[in-house]
Amino acid sequence: MRWKTADIAGWGRAIRARTELARPERRRDLAALALDGPAIGMRRSYGDAPLNGGGRAVDMTRLDRMLSFDAEAGLLEVEAGARIGEIAAAMAPRGWLPAVMPGTGFATVGGCIGMDVHGKNHHGAGSFGQHVAAFDLATPDGPRRITPEDAPDLFRATMGGLGQTGIVATATLRLKPAPSDVIMVTERRVEDFDEHLATLDAAEATYVVGWIDATARGRALGRGIVEEGETGRGLVPARGKARRVPVDAPGFALSAPVVRVFNEMYFRRVPASGRTLVKPIGDFFFPLDRIHDWNRLYGKRGFHQFQCVLPPDRGDELRAIVEAVATSGLASPLAVLKRMGPGRAGHLSFPAEGWTLAVDFPNRTAAAPLIRRLIGKTVEAGGRVYFAKDSLAEAGQIAAMYPELDDWRRIVAAADPDRRLVTDLVRRLDLRGAA
Amino acid sequence: MSATWIILGGSSAMARAFARALAARGDAVLLAGRDLDDLAATAADCRLRGAPMAEAVAFDARDPAGFAPILDRLAETEGEISAAVFTGSMPPQVEIDADPGLIDGVVADSFTGPARFLQALAPLIEARGRGAIVGLGSVAGDRGRLGNYVYGAAKAGFHTYLSGLRNRLGRSGAHVVTVKPGFVDTAMTWGLPGMFLVAAPDAVAQDILRAVRRRRNVIYTPGFWLLIMLIIRHVPEPIFKKMKI
Ligand SMILES: Cc1cc2nc3c(=O)[nH]c(=O)nc-3n(C[C@H](O)[C@H](O)[C@H](O)COP(=O)(O)OP(=O)(O)OC[C@H]3O[C@@H](n4cnc5c(N)ncnc54)[C@H](O)[C@@H]3O)c2cc1C
Repeated sequence: MRWKTADIAGWGRAIRARTELARPERRRDLAALALDGPAIGMRRSYGDAPLNGGGRAVDMTRLDRMLSFDAEAGLLEVEAGARIGEIAAAMAPRGWLPAVMPGTGFATVGGCIGMDVHGKNHHGAGSFGQHVAAFDLATPDGPRRITPEDAPDLFRATMGGLGQTGIVATATLRLKPAPSDVIMVTERRVEDFDEHLATLDAAEATYVVGWIDATARGRALGRGIVEEGETGRGLVPARGKARRVPVDAPGFALSAPVVRVFNEMYFRRVPASGRTLVKPIGDFFFPLDRIHDWNRLYGKRGFHQFQCVLPPDRGDELRAIVEAVATSGLASPLAVLKRMGPGRAGHLSFPAEGWTLAVDFPNRTAAAPLIRRLIGKTVEAGGRVYFAKDSLAEAGQIAAMYPELDDWRRIVAAADPDRRLVTDLVRRLDLRGAA
Repeated sequence: MSATWIILGGSSAMARAFARALAARGDAVLLAGRDLDDLAATAADCRLRGAPMAEAVAFDARDPAGFAPILDRLAETEGEISAAVFTGSMPPQVEIDADPGLIDGVVADSFTGPARFLQALAPLIEARGRGAIVGLGSVAGDRGRLGNYVYGAAKAGFHTYLSGLRNRLGRSGAHVVTVKPGFVDTAMTWGLPGMFLVAAPDAVAQDILRAVRRRRNVIYTPGFWLLIMLIIRHVPEPIFKKMKI
């Protein structure tokens, strides 16, 4: 197999790395590869999780087929490079959906496993890994079939395991039955921080997410729109054609005044009394996917996302974080607040019971120090930041945020003793430690 | 009613993308090639994406004796029958220089094998009075270049064959499309130096589907290759022979 040298980046484009890539198109090509680099998917992680600067990585995006579906049990076997959005599009007409879907349909199943991703239904459905029935792992000792029953340690270390246990070649997903041609969405304005949390807390829908106006201050701090969705059957409104951002946008495109005006309009778009809409499922689950390469809107320097989760009783600390963001004048319109449940599948899984906040920041000089401050506040509040989004945390902060780190290290050291699967993120945060 | 497509060389990235596009619009596909495990996976994928039937069948361009079962199988299917040919092989020219015997295989994979298959299939398609044949040629077939002239020669032969077949089948209501792709992002081009404006296999598949729908005769994909090849074809031979492209 030929290796291609390329300068690659995560979705945020703020960090780049020269990496040698193999891209197998057939399973036997994958099997023939010596395991000397981690797998990567669509590189929808924002920071350095899908990079291996100066080393090798296996691009899994061409191993992307759906292999079998057992309609009795709802079990779908796929190759790990299969994209969540394509699975949803193929299975929804049959009345099934992936049980958990992240906010982009371009994420691969392997990437969803590597990050144990969560969706808008996390409070009820838990994390992605909780719906994985089995997977095939390419390990230095050859392929292994892993189930949570037969190999609970390796299973857990792989869910959210950042690709460190081996290359996931195929996975069997437990889909959820869902009459799902469309989504019925109720949108409601919430006027401030307290109302936002209270509304998210009280929401009973299957899918719930809050958009937060990260520029609003004072009494309007934390205002936003809470969306609640249920799948249903009905006439499918046509999905608009996907658009593409052809060039890097200039710096002023997301400057503070522009964002403030945009957010005001976005907020007012929903009538004060709220409204209910019927949307194609893609529009609800993957709203940003309609604009391909939207990350170029942030210009050449790229951007960072900060995402944290804080325990449920840390509302005041969360408010302080939102306040720090709002007064910084650095936030972009993309900011999300969600109530998470306790569901998680691995030692290093991000989800935890509580509040999760995600905010994008254009990569200006002041952004990194602000995000570092926010990470510090997160650690103090007993929360954690998400590896899929991070590029600025420090090694010393990890053990406090991820108490199962040592268990994970032990299992991973056995699975990859020669440390061939290390990524830039794993190196930066010294996640593998001395084990 | 949906059509049944026989896809030769079904393991290539372009063939896979094309088969999926057909499946999504509800056509049945037979995926023919040598790597049956791989083809079975693609077939399963096509069924889940909407193909009423998708199966893998053994096909080796160099073994025409093995074509009969596929042809029998197609004769039994009802409705429209269409075919797409993605076979071809391109060993580095230096290897061919060292072992001229390799030429036979290149010509069989890229030209004579599929031509023999299509020749046997043609009466069936004529009898149905509709359907399409898509033949993958190459921009390499437009002019003999230092780097891959054996492959180019085989593709040139295939182009001419397709042009004749088009002339013949047009009389019965069926149609032949010659597709000349430029650089496509596949395992064949992965990591090769000198690649530019590389097209995604999905984009090529959509171009082919559109060409079938509009009954185009010859297309370049992506379209700008038409221009590039127009220029290359018009470079006078005394100059061209000194060029290293
Ligand atoms: C617009 C947008 C919205 C998002 N919304 C959400 C959200 O709502 N919830 C959420 O949880 N995340 C969300 N994310 C993050 C995203 O879901 C994750 O980063 C996910 O991992 C991306 O998948 P990928 O295929 O791009 O993986 P990559 O980013 O390429 O890789 C991620 C990790 O998985 C590992 N990996 C990938 N494939 C394999 C494999 N086959 N075997 C073993 N390891 C592998 C890699 O080594 C790496 O450590 C969002 C991202 C974007 C861009």
